[in-house]
Amino acid sequence: MRTIWIMTKREFGSFFDSLIAYVMLILFLGISGFFTWLFGTDVFLIGQASLGAFFSIAYWTLFFFIPALTMRLLAEEIRSGTIELLLTRAVTDRQVIIGKFLSTLLLIMVALAFTVPYVITIGSIGNLDVGAVICGYLGLILMSGAYISIGMWASSITRNQIVAYLTALFIGIFFHLFFGMLASGFRGFTGRLFHSLSMREHFDSISRGVLDSGDLVYFLSLIVLGLFLSEVSLARRNLQV
Amino acid sequence: MDIRIENLTKKYGGQRAVDRISFEVRTGEIVGFLGPNGAGKTTTMRMITGFIAPTEGNIYIGGKLLEDHADEIKRHIGYLPENNPLYPDMPVIDYLEYVAGLQGIPKEEVFPRIIEMIRITGLNPEKHKKIGELSKGFRQRVGLAQAMIHDPDILIMDEPTSGLDPNQIVEIRKLIRELGRHKTVILSTHILPEVEATCDRILIINRGKIVADGTSGLLRKQASGAEILRVRIEDGEPNTIFKALQKLDSTSQVGFVDGKKDRFEIQCHPGTSAAREVFRLCVEQQWMLTEMIPFETKLEDIFRKLTTN
Repeated sequence: MRTIWIMTKREFGSFFDSLIAYVMLILFLGISGFFTWLFGTDVFLIGQASLGAFFSIAYWTLFFFIPALTMRLLAEEIRSGTIELLLTRAVTDRQVIIGKFLSTLLLIMVALAFTVPYVITIGSIGNLDVGAVICGYLGLILMSGAYISIGMWASSITRNQIVAYLTALFIGIFFHLFFGMLASGFRGFTGRLFHSLSMREHFDSISRGVLDSGDLVYFLSLIVLGLFLSEVSLARRNLQV
Repeated sequence: MDIRIENLTKKYGGQRAVDRISFEVRTGEIVGFLGPNGAGKTTTMRMITGFIAPTEGNIYIGGKLLEDHADEIKRHIGYLPENNPLYPDMPVIDYLEYVAGLQGIPKEEVFPRIIEMIRITGLNPEKHKKIGELSKGFRQRVGLAQAMIHDPDILIMDEPTSGLDPNQIVEIRKLIRELGRHKTVILSTHILPEVEATCDRILIINRGKIVADGTSGLLRKQASGAEILRVRIEDGEPNTIFKALQKLDSTSQVGFVDGKKDRFEIQCHPGTSAAREVFRLCVEQQWMLTEMIPFETKLEDIFRKLTTN
């Protein structure tokens, strides 16, 4: 446990050391703030005290930002050779993966914590459904977890960060958009399958304030699968150069 | 802690990078891996440190099988990989603190250890900088500091002095020598004087196999077999001297050196030395013996002989 925490702390720190964290926080807050408060179908036009607008913006901004955070997690260590030092210390491959996963999730949570003033603002204007807000944040965190996990795997298969970013985005877009689109084009089993794979479906269901075990299983299995495949991918060093 | 390697093999595709290597390293021994690039030195080290798993064979460290006790054994190994990979964005002290934590050093001992490492490796003037801002020599010291921070029983270093200037090389060698009194050290290099200066024992590896194992003195003896003397004898007719030298009991071959008339190279019969006889001959004949150099086979020659064919 202590090892994982040390890993998490150092990875979290390295986001700030390399300034990625600042850029990410500013862009995330800037973009989601702009689209929530100033532009388009903003909160003032809905006529009710709801953070729905913010959640659907964050749903997209996080989708693009997370691969940018995860792309370096393993690819950079593989390229520079520090992975060799890391894995020859008294840590297991799994601890490395989990530590890196948690650090990125922590950064996302920090970013989301900065949006708490939005909640307070809207809450002071009207009658806010606190349960829905909490579930909305939970949905964003679970979705982030899933994309971090996918991004980690993408980062583990290459030493090139751009490749890692694009791979993560490519896989992500299926869950984020394509499965939902395909679901509406099919009937019967295939339709239901794509429907149940679609991120939007599960995210909407959670952010409406409904905690369904099916949604939790969906997010958690994506996270576990991604982390497991990353671990497998690290262990592949034993098979080839 | 001692290291015992049995029939270690690593295959990459169909190629054997390391081919049934067996050797032992005792506690307190400094062993140098010598070999041309691509001979299998780094692969062997990566297997001993547990970074990659061997295809076949066993590694015992302190009598325990590495694959079964990896977590425990890793705490006793300090490793400096090839090219000394580090995180350029991290400040030196933060990095050492991180490494100390990962190696399981108790919290209260972390800072005393860091201070100790900074003192030993001479990092003091640069300790607040980011690693990426350091010169190559200082980065190498950070690499050494991270390898030794948990006071490991075994130190494995892949080309520890590469990229250092001559003064730093001398310092690092001295440091390795000092550490080697209590620790088991394996280092690899292709700088030949380096192994002679630092190692108790040399393993020459070529194409994944051990082709020589022993002290530098032993390797020399094996390679040459017979003593060679270079002498300079003046005040005599070169051909007479040449013939007289050939007649000596202990010489097997005599030749002129570099075509000069007063210099000879004498190869002795195995196990004998012609030095006394040559001296006596010169006294009898009233020749002037101005030089007599026992000619040692250079490590370079042994290396070349064993690794090219």
